[in-house]
Amino acid sequence: MSQQVVSSAASFPQRILAQGKYETLAMLKNGEQLLLNIAFPLFALVGLRYTGFLDSYAQQLGVTRLDIAVPGVLALCVISTALSGQGIATGFDRRYGVLRFLSTTPLGKTGLMMGKILAVLTVIVVQYLVVLLVAVLLGFRPHLIPILLSIPTLLCGAAAFTALGMLIAGTVRAEATLAIVNMAWAILAIGGGTLIPTHHFPGILGWIVNILPSGALGASLRGEYLHQEFLFLPHLIMLVWAILCGSFAAKFFKWSA
Amino acid sequence: MQNLNSSHPHFQLGNTSALAAVQIDSLVKEFKPTRDFAQKNPEKINERGTVSAIDGLSLTAHRGEVCVLLGANGAGKTTTLACAQGLQKPTSGTVQLLGENPWGASPELRARVGIMLQDGGLPQAMRPIPLLKHISSMYQNPLKVDEIAERLGIHSFNGTTIRRLSGGQKQRVALAAALMGRPEVLFLDEPSAGLDPQSRNVVFEIIREQKEKGVGIILTTHLLDDAQRLADDVYIVDAGTVVRHGSVQELLAGEDSNHKRLTFTLADKLNTQRLTDRLGSDVTLIHLSDHHYALEGQLSPGVIAQLGAELEQQNLMPVSLELSQRTLEDVFLEISGRDIQ
Repeated sequence: MSQQVVSSAASFPQRILAQGKYETLAMLKNGEQLLLNIAFPLFALVGLRYTGFLDSYAQQLGVTRLDIAVPGVLALCVISTALSGQGIATGFDRRYGVLRFLSTTPLGKTGLMMGKILAVLTVIVVQYLVVLLVAVLLGFRPHLIPILLSIPTLLCGAAAFTALGMLIAGTVRAEATLAIVNMAWAILAIGGGTLIPTHHFPGILGWIVNILPSGALGASLRGEYLHQEFLFLPHLIMLVWAILCGSFAAKFFKWSA
Repeated sequence: MQNLNSSHPHFQLGNTSALAAVQIDSLVKEFKPTRDFAQKNPEKINERGTVSAIDGLSLTAHRGEVCVLLGANGAGKTTTLACAQGLQKPTSGTVQLLGENPWGASPELRARVGIMLQDGGLPQAMRPIPLLKHISSMYQNPLKVDEIAERLGIHSFNGTTIRRLSGGQKQRVALAAALMGRPEVLFLDEPSAGLDPQSRNVVFEIIREQKEKGVGIILTTHLLDDAQRLADDVYIVDAGTVVRHGSVQELLAGEDSNHKRLTFTLADKLNTQRLTDRLGSDVTLIHLSDHHYALEGQLSPGVIAQLGAELEQQNLMPVSLELSQRTLEDVFLEISGRDIQ
């Protein structure tokens, strides 16, 4: 053999960081993704601040509209990024053979998935900062305890919705993924216990929404922001969703379309 | 045959470069058909309810050589590569990539292998150079992005996203990506598809260079010219199995090595009846078009002399007269009884 310079795989953390950075920038530079991840949640925040949708609930608790809106909008951010954002990106990457190609590099399938999770978490941090900043400008007063309590909640929510997004993106066509996650986003935002608390819903419907990952995420964040209380049951519900969807995704995910 | 083929890796300890780049033995890959496919092609479904894409295929690709899988679309070339690359799990048979099982390959093994997929597999929204930089971050000591980009003329279209590149431009980016980790084995699926003649020459030059460095190259093509220009070893694949294997020379020699062809063009119309009467049954006269003709069969100096004599009698001067060798195309036609396209 000639004296060829050989190369080897970059270290595991290097590969994941590189992929995480790449996926994060891809999400933050894409116009549609920005609309979904940043603009729509901010519209919701401003909308709920200046309309009366949450008034009866706010009066009941003796809090401002923004106090109820902020945790709901944070929940919506998680759904935007983890379910819609990564779902759509992964669906189209799969269609164009990108997942297949990247899985043949030293990154591999595991590295690719971990890079995506890292990107979801990074974008959620960015969204959190932007939402808090705008909320403060609108008159919201943040407290440290709810913010600290919300960290494990956002992790559970991100896990559940990323797993659900991967399950959809890995099993149906890219266009169908786009349609499903966008529709799910709209339905869950309004009727999934995300922006509007579930005790507004009649009977059995409220109960169903409570066991949806969106309802659980919204309820947890409102518990933390409104009552400074960490609710175990909804966290458990989100983890069950994460494990169920994650195992189905691991079993049925197709790397090429 | 089977015993000779299954070289035992333990005999080659201490000299890992003697290990084959890729060794495939009796590979079978079956798929569950979609309902649509099953309705349209009921004859292709076997008793297990599956369809075989690869049916007992064996091949060895060596380091420092170009191994070409030649076959029509749907012959099973890409599926064979997918099994060798660890993208698909064989139904049965064994596949070794640099002596290891590619299914569930370690990052270290993947770092030694460069892959260019048929559809490129490149992220649509990225620009070429940032994409290559990203790929290079998966390796320690990768190629220099600017050098390989320069070589393949990628800088000239770096302002354009992958989505908007031409087929040939995408191919060049995909090749650069495959080379990024200085691979020991290089898989190229239809590398010349969509390339203009100039970039095709650059790509072929790079393939030859890699071969000289000792890289084992395994490429698929349905273009016979590619195989003739590059291959050390050709496997002709049809219906998921190897129907012929050998060097280009061996394949062209074939069993009936006298089977040659003489094509000629005349200035005017030939009286074909008189020529065939004179030549007898050893050769066949084919009227190709207008004033183009071909003689095929047991061509000998005598046949050429008879042709000359007949043309003299009919007072016809040939515009061109060419004796041609068999091409891989002829070999392919003889084997499969149909055209490769």
